[in-house]
Amino acid sequence: MEQYEPDPLSPAQLAAMHRSLRYGRGSLTRRSLLRASTGGALAVGGLGALSACGIPAAGKSQGEVSSDDHSAEEKRITFSNWTEYMDVDEKDENRRPTLEAFTKRTGISVKYTEDINDNVEFFGKIKPQLAAGQETGRDLICVTDWLAARLIRFGWVQKLDPANLPHAYTNLSTQFRDPDWDPGRAYSYPWTGISTVIAYNKKATGGKKVTSVSQLLEDPKLKGRVGFLSEMRDTVGMTLIDMGKDPGDFTDDDFDAAIARLQKAVDKKQVRRFTGNDYTSDLAKGDIAACLGWAGDIVQLQADNPDIGFHIPDQGYITSTDNLLVPNKARHKRNAERLIDYYYEPEPAARLAAYINYVCPVDGVRDALARIDKDAAANPLIIPDKEMKEKSRAFRSLTPKEETAYEEKFAKLTGV
Amino acid sequence: MTTTLTEAPPTKEPEDPAPRKPRKRGRLVPYWLLLPGLLWLVVFFALPLVYQASTSVQTGSLEEGFKVTWHFATYWDALTAYWPQFLRSVLYAGAATVLCLLLGYPLAYLIAFRAGRWRNIILVLVIAPFFTSFLIRTLAWKTILADGGPVVGALNSLHVLDVTSWLGVTADDRVLATPLAVICGLTYNFLPFMILPLYTSLERIDGRLHEAAGDLYAKPSTTFRKVTFPLSMPGVVSGTLLTFIPAVGDYVNADLLGSTDTRMVGNVIQTQFLRVLDYPTAAALSFILMAAILFMVTFYIRKSGTEDLV
Repeated sequence: MEQYEPDPLSPAQLAAMHRSLRYGRGSLTRRSLLRASTGGALAVGGLGALSACGIPAAGKSQGEVSSDDHSAEEKRITFSNWTEYMDVDEKDENRRPTLEAFTKRTGISVKYTEDINDNVEFFGKIKPQLAAGQETGRDLICVTDWLAARLIRFGWVQKLDPANLPHAYTNLSTQFRDPDWDPGRAYSYPWTGISTVIAYNKKATGGKKVTSVSQLLEDPKLKGRVGFLSEMRDTVGMTLIDMGKDPGDFTDDDFDAAIARLQKAVDKKQVRRFTGNDYTSDLAKGDIAACLGWAGDIVQLQADNPDIGFHIPDQGYITSTDNLLVPNKARHKRNAERLIDYYYEPEPAARLAAYINYVCPVDGVRDALARIDKDAAANPLIIPDKEMKEKSRAFRSLTPKEETAYEEKFAKLTGV
Repeated sequence: MTTTLTEAPPTKEPEDPAPRKPRKRGRLVPYWLLLPGLLWLVVFFALPLVYQASTSVQTGSLEEGFKVTWHFATYWDALTAYWPQFLRSVLYAGAATVLCLLLGYPLAYLIAFRAGRWRNIILVLVIAPFFTSFLIRTLAWKTILADGGPVVGALNSLHVLDVTSWLGVTADDRVLATPLAVICGLTYNFLPFMILPLYTSLERIDGRLHEAAGDLYAKPSTTFRKVTFPLSMPGVVSGTLLTFIPAVGDYVNADLLGSTDTRMVGNVIQTQFLRVLDYPTAAALSFILMAAILFMVTFYIRKSGTEDLV
């Protein structure tokens, strides 16, 4: 096939072009470029542009909360969750048995993405769309209490329809029924409960048990090898409990006292780091001898490393939840509700709990779980017994002003 | 090829046979060529910058929204509250840059003059760490520097850690969660940015200059001092800039390898933006950092007297 080819330029033409670009009037001198770019920059960076900006108040700029529900004609749903938060097949890691069973039964296909690594980052990611009243592309998200509370406060999530949630309504464990930020669970249902406990590495502590936050803060044997969590509510909450205060009902002064107590330990170099999820590897290696940790992680660590121990402080411990929410403008709300309800049936709930090892928020799972894994069914970190339930405390929800002030104080504590 | 063409002196070329194009159009050609780059710069640099500048003079909260109130005091408040972190960032990044230069120069020299047929392989090895993620590479340092690990054990028995403790960069016979670990992480992560520009400018030095220096009875050390090093200055300047600038703003190393007393300004900005939700302070801190870097870099380039980088 013959292709069109432009007439080749003669050497003279080429030379002329080069000359023109380098020396002619078309050439780019530094001066002319500078002039042009300053003009442009001034036009762009004008003060008017500055004052035209601004961030609208949360929750006010949006139009309709719900979009048309396309659940009936589009049999699918997009579900954003944390990593390691869903059971996978032992033989094939790409298969998720409970989700597959859900699809088989209902015909609803699930696009499952593990794109949540951190609450604050995830909030940063979805905030622009939600603030602008646009779709996030997600039908179901899973976030921790305080962020769920914030999303509800801003009006960025949809009210759930109890008619579609018969199992969830009946089987939700009483412990989780009435958080102060969503009484009666109108907007959210827990995916898992998270217990914050004290964990230690027996090898690193010399066989010693670590049983209280006081010991973490003061025991000279642990100096420089103590870890606390970078989640303000876990670290300050556990400290408040240790001081005999109730994290569900405390004052500014109590908070400041807890921060001061932690600060003392930081100043003494007792505390090594404030960590997110990465404390697990430090603890397993023994670089951190004792720390606050999340029970689900500890169950998994113990399975690999017999040196890891945990203790529930006598005064109590902090429980939080990761919650399922349907963001505004989600296209498949009813499908999402069906998925929530499905995970409140004992059978799928047991399968999930057996795999992820966090506190199961569903009542009546013990028998189903015992059939899969006897140890798990007897583990109070997965199905809390009466004593565990009694010791459980939740961190009260904060007003926006408190939240900013407390996070600021906590940020000063975790790094100067 | 192209160089010879463009370098041809204009006087020796035959006369331009084609009629001249209209002047205006000719004049605009370079700007059209610049357009894609300029658009990119406006959309992804200038506009965000304006947006951040605006944010930094706003007041409000996420609940009530933020409004431009020309509240310049935010800058002063941010600076007085967080100057230690600024200072620390500059110190850590400076230390890492110096270490990078000390480690990188001999290696770049070796690759440029002595590596022979190994040159390409060594160059690939320099870049190889970039094939894995930044995060993984930094986390690997936690294993390397682990408290009970061989590195810390060796340093302890050689009493190196006594010296570093005395300097105040380590504590309690450990390296992790100390300033030293952060500096090590920064050095490691930005080393290739130092080596590559050094290599390009060393490689360009004409080998005959060395011979000439030898012929003039210069000792190898004198040759290096009087010939090689001055000629590699562009590489040194651009290498140090490419290392220092990203290192000042880095927060991953301080987060993963550091402790409570090693927070850098990047960590502060991250916390203010994501956790405290104080967007104006975060934006003001970013601008202060930018201004500080610009100031230092201008001063540095003036001092080093190099106009053309690379």
